[in-house]
Amino acid sequence: MSRLDTSSGEYLARREAMLAKLAELEAEQAGAVAGGGAKYVERHRGRGKLLARERIELLVDPDSAFLELSPLAGWGSDFPVGASVVTGIGVVEGVECVIVANDPTVRGGASNPWTLRKTLRAADIALENRLPLVNLVESGGADLPTQKEIFIPGGRIFRDLTRLSAAGIPTVALVFGNSTAGGAYVPGMSDHVVMVRERAKVFLGGPPLVKMATGEEADDESLGGAEMHARVSGLADHLAADEHDALRIGRRIVRGLNWVKRGRAPGAVREPLYDPGELLGIVPEDLRIPFDPREVIVRIADGSEFDEFKPLYGASLVTGWARLHGYPVGVLANARGVLFSEEAQKAAQFIQLANQARTPLVFLQNTTGYMVGREYEQGGIIKHGAMMINAVSNSTVPHLTVVMGASYGAGNYGMCGRAYDPRFLFAWPSAKSAVMGPAQLAGVLSIVGRAAAQARGQAYDEEADAAMRAMVEAQIEAESLPFFLSGRLYDDGVIDPRDTRTVLGLCLSAVNSAPVPEPAGFGVFRM
Amino acid sequence: MITRLLVANRGEIARRVFRTCRDLGIETVAVFSDADDGAPHAREADHAVRLPGTRPADTYLSAGGIVEAALRTGADAVHPGYGFLSENAAFARAVLEAGLTWVGPSPESIAAMGSKIEAKALMAGAGVPVLPSLALPLPEGSRAGAADGLAAQTRDWPYPLLVKASAGGGGRGMRVVREPGGLVRELESARREAESAFGDGTVFVEPLLERARHIEVQVLADAHGTVWALGERECSIQRRHQKVVEEAPSPAVSPGLRARLCEAAVTAARAIGYVGAGTVEFLVKDDTVAFLEMNTRLQVEHPVTECVYGLDLVGLQLRIAEGAALPETPPEPYGHAVEVRLYAEDPAEDWRPQSGVLHRFDVPGAGTAFAPVRHGLRLDSGVEDGSEIGVHYDPMLAKVIAHGATRAEAARRLAGALARARIHGPVTNRDLLVEVLRHDAFLAGETHTAFLEQHGLPGRPAVPPAVPLAALAAALAQAAANRAAATVQAALPSGWRNVPSQPQRVSFRVGPAPAPDGAGADQGVHTVSYRLTRDGLRADGLPGTVLVGAAPDAVVLETGGVRHRFEVARHGGVTYVDSPLGSVRLTPLPRLPEPVERLAPGSLLAPMPGTVLRVEVKSGEPVAAGQVVVVLEAMKMEHRITAPAGGTVAELNTAPGRQVEAGAVLAVIEERE
Repeated sequence: MSRLDTSSGEYLARREAMLAKLAELEAEQAGAVAGGGAKYVERHRGRGKLLARERIELLVDPDSAFLELSPLAGWGSDFPVGASVVTGIGVVEGVECVIVANDPTVRGGASNPWTLRKTLRAADIALENRLPLVNLVESGGADLPTQKEIFIPGGRIFRDLTRLSAAGIPTVALVFGNSTAGGAYVPGMSDHVVMVRERAKVFLGGPPLVKMATGEEADDESLGGAEMHARVSGLADHLAADEHDALRIGRRIVRGLNWVKRGRAPGAVREPLYDPGELLGIVPEDLRIPFDPREVIVRIADGSEFDEFKPLYGASLVTGWARLHGYPVGVLANARGVLFSEEAQKAAQFIQLANQARTPLVFLQNTTGYMVGREYEQGGIIKHGAMMINAVSNSTVPHLTVVMGASYGAGNYGMCGRAYDPRFLFAWPSAKSAVMGPAQLAGVLSIVGRAAAQARGQAYDEEADAAMRAMVEAQIEAESLPFFLSGRLYDDGVIDPRDTRTVLGLCLSAVNSAPVPEPAGFGVFRM
Repeated sequence: MITRLLVANRGEIARRVFRTCRDLGIETVAVFSDADDGAPHAREADHAVRLPGTRPADTYLSAGGIVEAALRTGADAVHPGYGFLSENAAFARAVLEAGLTWVGPSPESIAAMGSKIEAKALMAGAGVPVLPSLALPLPEGSRAGAADGLAAQTRDWPYPLLVKASAGGGGRGMRVVREPGGLVRELESARREAESAFGDGTVFVEPLLERARHIEVQVLADAHGTVWALGERECSIQRRHQKVVEEAPSPAVSPGLRARLCEAAVTAARAIGYVGAGTVEFLVKDDTVAFLEMNTRLQVEHPVTECVYGLDLVGLQLRIAEGAALPETPPEPYGHAVEVRLYAEDPAEDWRPQSGVLHRFDVPGAGTAFAPVRHGLRLDSGVEDGSEIGVHYDPMLAKVIAHGATRAEAARRLAGALARARIHGPVTNRDLLVEVLRHDAFLAGETHTAFLEQHGLPGRPAVPPAVPLAALAAALAQAAANRAAATVQAALPSGWRNVPSQPQRVSFRVGPAPAPDGAGADQGVHTVSYRLTRDGLRADGLPGTVLVGAAPDAVVLETGGVRHRFEVARHGGVTYVDSPLGSVRLTPLPRLPEPVERLAPGSLLAPMPGTVLRVEVKSGEPVAAGQVVVVLEAMKMEHRITAPAGGTVAELNTAPGRQVEAGAVLAVIEERE
């Protein structure tokens, strides 16, 4: 049960710090929502068109939830935050779908390298979780100056569409505007295609290119207009009178999929006994100070119930069973940052138990990595860490990861970091990820430099060392922050801690669109 | 003794008579048309006989069919109710000839009063004051020559005039004529309506006494020579010559005037040897008292007299029919009673009758039904939840009656009950009735037959002030319903977004749906825009509004520290929001409407289902703005469909006798350039 003292100065200070970070997050997200800015938004609206998010709002069921993915994609790059595309999971006619909507107010909806990564990530989510994919298409094609980073890997977009289809996962394209050249294969590869009259333009080559290539004079409409595709080429299955009509037809198509989720249905849902609002005051600003993850679990778990596994063994890692929005889950949460041999073995055993019970796992990260030092190396920390990483890697149940605080070193791997393909990974604004802490990293560089100077018989320049350490520390700190990592698609989004239960509940529902996976082929190894 | 009684009627009056029968231990027999199959009156009678068909002539006006039904069921008496055959002497005679007891005056009395023209003459002879009838050598048909002759003869008459059906009642076949030019047309129209409604097209003309009071005296006479005059009722507040608010006693009748009226009424009854319950109607203006007519039956508004006198008039009718004698004098009246007639009609749209399913009908606090009440509320209703309000009969849903020690008390009680009533379905005149009952002029007793016109009622349909909060409540209730019905992610917060980009929006059409021809009390579209944030509700335009709780059927909102509970019901695509702030009808507009086929400009649509009576133009003919193009008969009323602007008849898609659906394109007028 909770021991959190919400009147303590410590709690209030942590809360204050978290709120400040959330204000920054809100500002960054507002930038993404603003799209190409007022001028382009006005111009778009002036053409009687809906914005990307307006299209999504009208596509999804009234009053249902929408989880936007990777909203900060492109953060810290030369491209606008959001990467000119909106992706997410929404419910259409009672069917959870992955929705991908180009934002034509941002440079005409052109794809840049981050757009590509964000779009590919959305397709991965659709495939892994068996979620029908709905594309709301209006894109001017590739951002030509960065074509070298887009053209070759970008082919995957079209490959993914047809692989989804082959896997029995329907794909729908609602074409609102330009979808030309390579983009023409989005409707081309989709199962169901709707085009908006007088708006959709779908062709491999537009009038200038055709003129250059063959000398033929042709207009937009005859090359790729919606009427033409609906009546002549057959590329469009439905001709929509306007954008609203296209969305209406899109909803009708999804209704007609007769979609059945193949996973588990949730049980009764109970709200936590403790206020999720208090999650703001749990993580210390200084991540060297540990916090009890049970305070988090009781604020996200159904009825605040948590059935702990091996509470007396490897106490630096908390493991146990809970329910979240009616779904049973196994939880692994770092309690004191460091992972010792016991924690690693406990984790490996627990992961196997979850696989045996086919129960999804939730990783709550706050780890500084596996313990180092003579005693621990000799005690086999690498072997034991390897067991945990082995278990995480080959576990077949869905994994959901939340980075609450630190995520350093191989702890990031053992606790199912991005490279371990959790179905979803979200970070709190308090999160930090790097190979090690900035101070440690700078210190390591300093020690190595000093040793090198010594070897060369040179005097070590202490002043330069201090400057180097400060610079490296600042750089690593900046590059371990969640906006930066989210910008590079190393997570699926930075979330408000108070939304953790909602986000995980939504993801657990989404992962259960796919069948419960088969367990691995061995009995559970006792550790 | 009567042991089994057939009521030759439907709706609330049939139920009213049945209630007394049950009280007295008399078995009941209902008759019902196909349109009333399963109606409450047919269900609750001990025996029920189907009268095949829906047209009144085949059913409730079929004297033969009803007498046959009475014989077949072994009934020994027939009560005619009001309307239909209640003042049909031939029917009364047929009942008597079949050896059954007729609950009503003798066929001779009915006949004497049945023709308003003759009744006036009879009354004048007996010394009862009457208005002069204008001699009218009525030409047959409307041939141009005859009409011209008539116009010449009537040029000097004291306009405005009132054309009335001699056999009429309920405002049918009645027309106001303000200038000589309109007389011929109105006469024809009144004659047709009278013919259709009463089977007798005779009409007459008398001067219109404007802004007079309609005051009537209830009489009750036994076969032994006792005649009671049970005081007066005032029924001045009328629309289209149809009473809507009735009360007893009249606020304007002094004891002296009352004595004069009662004396005149008793004189009238005695003049024709009247037996049974009847009503003598007068127009009263200043010192002028003029006999209007005598209704030889129970009146719609009899409950106000029952409440004031504590009498069961139907019970007394039955006893008189059985030959019993009335006590020498009636009981003393006490207090004041007011009745309103709740109609399925849209006062803002020229009182257009409404049809459709009455999903919910609940008038709270009714102490009695069909029986006198003291210091309380009485509900005489012909409908119940789920009743279908059809196009075949008068669209009266119910009568609501309040009694109190004073007039003000009764009016307040009645207005309060109406305001709290839950009426979900066709548009009704409820709001208008509440407005009247709370109107200063009404409360001051300043009632007359042009009351509604004088006070501009119904007012221009303003958007009720309750709309913003009611619409917000409707949206939140709908959201709660959507969440409750969700098949996935059901426990997630309503409309949750990790990256909020816009509020949740729901648009409603306020008020009744526009008629298919586009006309209608369009109170506009209201868009609710709100977000449910971590810190609670943020409703655009309603700052500081707190959401206390939302369920699919009820929402509690707090504004300015005051909580309001909104009950929300959804039926057939319409959301009904009831709260102490008022009842609001909202039609949620689809987020993604289907693209509509555009109608040719100038299309004239049928405003409601009905039968085409006449087509007054030919294809290709020029028409002037306002010219009648098609006359439609629906709900027993003639509806004129006129050209909205001058032009040419480009298309004509209909012919007399044809049944049309609401929204059918009847004609297309090509506007003149």
